Amino acid sequence: MTPIQGVFLITAAAILWSAYMVVTRDNLIHSALYLIITLFGVAVLFVLLEAGFLAVVQVLVYIGAIAILMIFAVMLTRGDVDKLEQVSIANSGFVAMISILFFSTLILLMGQWPAFSSTAPELEAGRDTVVELGTALVSPKGYVIPFEVASVLLLAALIGALYVARPQGKGK
Amino acid sequence: MTTETLIWLIPLPPLLAFFLILLFTKKDKRLSHSVGVGAAALSWLLGMLVFFAAIGVDHFGEHPFTSAIGWLPMDGEIFSIGVLIDPLSAVTLFFVAWTVLMIFIYSIGYHNFGQPKGKDDVPGLPPQGAEEKHGKTSHTVPSVEPLYSRFFAFIALFAFGMYTLVVSDNLLTLFVGWEIMGLCSYLLIGFWYAKPSARDAAKKAFMTTRVGDVFMLLGIVSLYSATGTLNFREILYNEHVLETLASTPSVVAGLSAAGLIGLLLFIGTVGKSAQWPLHVWLPDAMEGPTPVSAMIHAATMVSAGIYMILRMFPLLSAGWHHGGDLTAAMSTMAFIGAFTALFAATIALAQRDVKRVLAYSTISQLGYMVAALGIGAYVAAAFHLLTHAFFKALLFLGSGSVIHGVEHGVLHTGEHVDPQDMFNMGGLRKKMPKTFWTFLIGGLALSGFPILTSGFWSKDEILADAFANNHMAVFITLALAAFLTAFYTARQISLTFLGEARTKAADHAHETPRTMTLPLMVLAVFALAVGWVGIPEHFPVIGGLLPNWFHDFVGGTLLEHPEAVAFSMTPLLVSLGVALGGLGLGWLVYRDVKTGADDPLRKLLGPIYAVLENKYYFDELYERIFVGPAKRFSEVFSYLFVDRQLIDGILHGAARAAFSLGGIFRRYIDVPIVNGSGDLTADLTQRFGQVLRKVQSGSVQQYMLVAALVTFGGLFYYLFGVLQ
Amino acid sequence: MIPLSWYLVLSAALFSIGFYGVLSRKNSVAILMGLELMLNAVNVNIVAFWRFLAPENIAGQAFAVIVFAVAAAEVAVGLALVISIYRRQKTVAADEIDLMKW
Repeated sequence: MTPIQGVFLITAAAILWSAYMVVTRDNLIHSALYLIITLFGVAVLFVLLEAGFLAVVQVLVYIGAIAILMIFAVMLTRGDVDKLEQVSIANSGFVAMISILFFSTLILLMGQWPAFSSTAPELEAGRDTVVELGTALVSPKGYVIPFEVASVLLLAALIGALYVARPQGKGK
Repeated sequence: MTTETLIWLIPLPPLLAFFLILLFTKKDKRLSHSVGVGAAALSWLLGMLVFFAAIGVDHFGEHPFTSAIGWLPMDGEIFSIGVLIDPLSAVTLFFVAWTVLMIFIYSIGYHNFGQPKGKDDVPGLPPQGAEEKHGKTSHTVPSVEPLYSRFFAFIALFAFGMYTLVVSDNLLTLFVGWEIMGLCSYLLIGFWYAKPSARDAAKKAFMTTRVGDVFMLLGIVSLYSATGTLNFREILYNEHVLETLASTPSVVAGLSAAGLIGLLLFIGTVGKSAQWPLHVWLPDAMEGPTPVSAMIHAATMVSAGIYMILRMFPLLSAGWHHGGDLTAAMSTMAFIGAFTALFAATIALAQRDVKRVLAYSTISQLGYMVAALGIGAYVAAAFHLLTHAFFKALLFLGSGSVIHGVEHGVLHTGEHVDPQDMFNMGGLRKKMPKTFWTFLIGGLALSGFPILTSGFWSKDEILADAFANNHMAVFITLALAAFLTAFYTARQISLTFLGEARTKAADHAHETPRTMTLPLMVLAVFALAVGWVGIPEHFPVIGGLLPNWFHDFVGGTLLEHPEAVAFSMTPLLVSLGVALGGLGLGWLVYRDVKTGADDPLRKLLGPIYAVLENKYYFDELYERIFVGPAKRFSEVFSYLFVDRQLIDGILHGAARAAFSLGGIFRRYIDVPIVNGSGDLTADLTQRFGQVLRKVQSGSVQQYMLVAALVTFGGLFYYLFGVLQ
Repeated sequence: MIPLSWYLVLSAALFSIGFYGVLSRKNSVAILMGLELMLNAVNVNIVAFWRFLAPENIAGQAFAVIVFAVAAAEVAVGLALVISIYRRQKTVAADEIDLMKW
């Protein structure tokens, strides 16, 4: 057991435990907070995978924006206090079973794949993945089009969200 | 334009007139009669041109005018129809053209053209008279016939039929003309269709002649099947054909083919020319207007029957040679002709209606012609046909004139007497002189008054022929009939014209207009003169002065020119005797009949008179044997049984069957199966839908779950397969 | 070192938990949180594959970046919708928002 593996295991445990908490807490604010822990754990994973930039982006975007947004949404849709009790629907047992089945089938399937247990190849030293990522995102020979389309998507989402959530009665 | 073309054109003007009048000029009386008379005049002109061309040809019988066209293509050959004018048809054409034209002109006056319309006149009834006012007084005058134009249309069609018959060169078109005339006879006898007696008479005429026509058609068909042609020149002028027909036995034992065919054709004449036993229609046909009686039932249609047997004489006499035994057909004709002549003459003795006497007289004279042909006197029969046409037409038109005159008197005085009953007339010679003299000429011709009148020459020739060939039974019968003819003619003339008027109506009679008296005069000239073309060569004193043109001309129609009859004084004396004797006796008995007196003959003959008056009860006999059973049969069997029960039964049964079948289909197939399956489909769909709709719960998570299951399931299945 | 399989198992587990959350939670916002877990699992998967199988090709990371953008957009619109529905129906319970049915 190398230290890296230990870190990984601890992180994995944290992720899975807090994920479980996310989906089982009745109190949605607690759910959101557990979500933040999960997201943080994923950021650590990104670091372990030597995608440092992605880790930072994860923290910024997911935790900094999305999770906060979730909290706001929870606050805005409080509704009746007594509705907070039951947050799981009736057939959750069946769904749990489906999930477990899904998980096991997936693992089984993946186990068949020869490269399942491959190890990470060595990265050359001095390689700057951030620069590479940046270049790839704006280079015509790279992924500038998905990048631009993603920005259009964000624009559309922006306008759409504004429109959908506008106050009723008055126009756009 | 060749003569042949002219012959083709002869029947057409009256046909055209028929269509023109019916389609266009019906409302205009003057135009209608102008079209009609114009057409008759045109045909007359064409007929005269052809006739005069014909008599100019030497040995005309050997090269007559013919023209034919191929008409009906049949197996291999083409059936031709065409025109033929040989001596017989030339002479017939002559008298037909003249009589038809005269009758057309006469009809103008007869139907009171120019007179006012009667206020009670209905189409279908004879005109009843119109009120005419002169200042304060008014009296009734004859009114114009309401169906004036239609009359001219019908007689034009009739003329077309007759001309077609005369110019035909084959039996088929002859038969066509024959039938057209039969139709017109029906239409014209029933011209005043609102009178029940006229309707019945028309039906009777048509039915009775139909009986004859059926047999004639059989004869035509057998002739065609035996020889393959109906053309006159091909059959009748072909020795070989005639000999074969005469020697081939037919289906009837004892008769040769020629004999059978001849008899069948003769039966057509028995019907058409009103010989016994099919004579019953002709007296009833007097219901029609007088021009109709004159034209159809005296001069032309009944003459057509005689014309046909004259034409077919070579066939009827096939196997006979002059002086030998008569063939079966000829014997039959001789018997029926002679019998009818006497039979009808006896009935004429006891008739009171002026037209009836003439009707029976016609039957009798036609019997003469048939008998003449039966004993082989071809030329004599043709001669009598010619003379009879003229004097009989004259007599009928004259009787029409008389009736008109007396009717005028009836309207004037308001006396309700039958204007046609001779016992209501008398003294008309003073009131209607032109009618009297022309009628007298006609009557004398009919009786056979010697030398002057045409009837004498033709009748004498028949008697001479019968005597010379030793057909004594025929001779005696015909002589007796001649006596009776003269007697009843004198009776008729005396009752009508001589003596004093027996009724006020007769007293007030006056002469008829020029359109009626002019034809009478023209026909009277012919009644006198036309006999002089046939004076026998050996006649005492005048014989030989004029050649016997008729004998030479018409005799040439036959293959072997018949010899002139050897002259003998006996028949001449007999003929003179019966004619003058009968006339004198009749005049003696009837010259002084008083008003209201009955027929003197009734006392003389006693019970026989009643039999004669009732026409030997033949009408009643036929009614009992044929008409009554036919009516009962049609009523009971055809109508009640076959029509109502059988046919209607079948129909109603079919309808009921259809209904019940429909019901069965509905109850057992339509409702359960068709409806049921429809309803079942709907029901199943609804239930299925109700189950299925639970899938759409609206819950997004459920949708998501199902989608995920399906997607992942499929994906895993595929991936397992790939990885395996 | 850490074999690929550990990452894959982890992401599969995270994905399944997220899946469970989506399908069983009543509150719509909680559903969206589950959805976020699934997206993160996918991201981990992508980056792991990038690192282990084709590290010289930066496409893996670019893909992950795009996924971030998409996730952000989706959350924004989704929450806007949830708020809009809340305004109308006064509830965000998923089983009470069942208008898309017969």
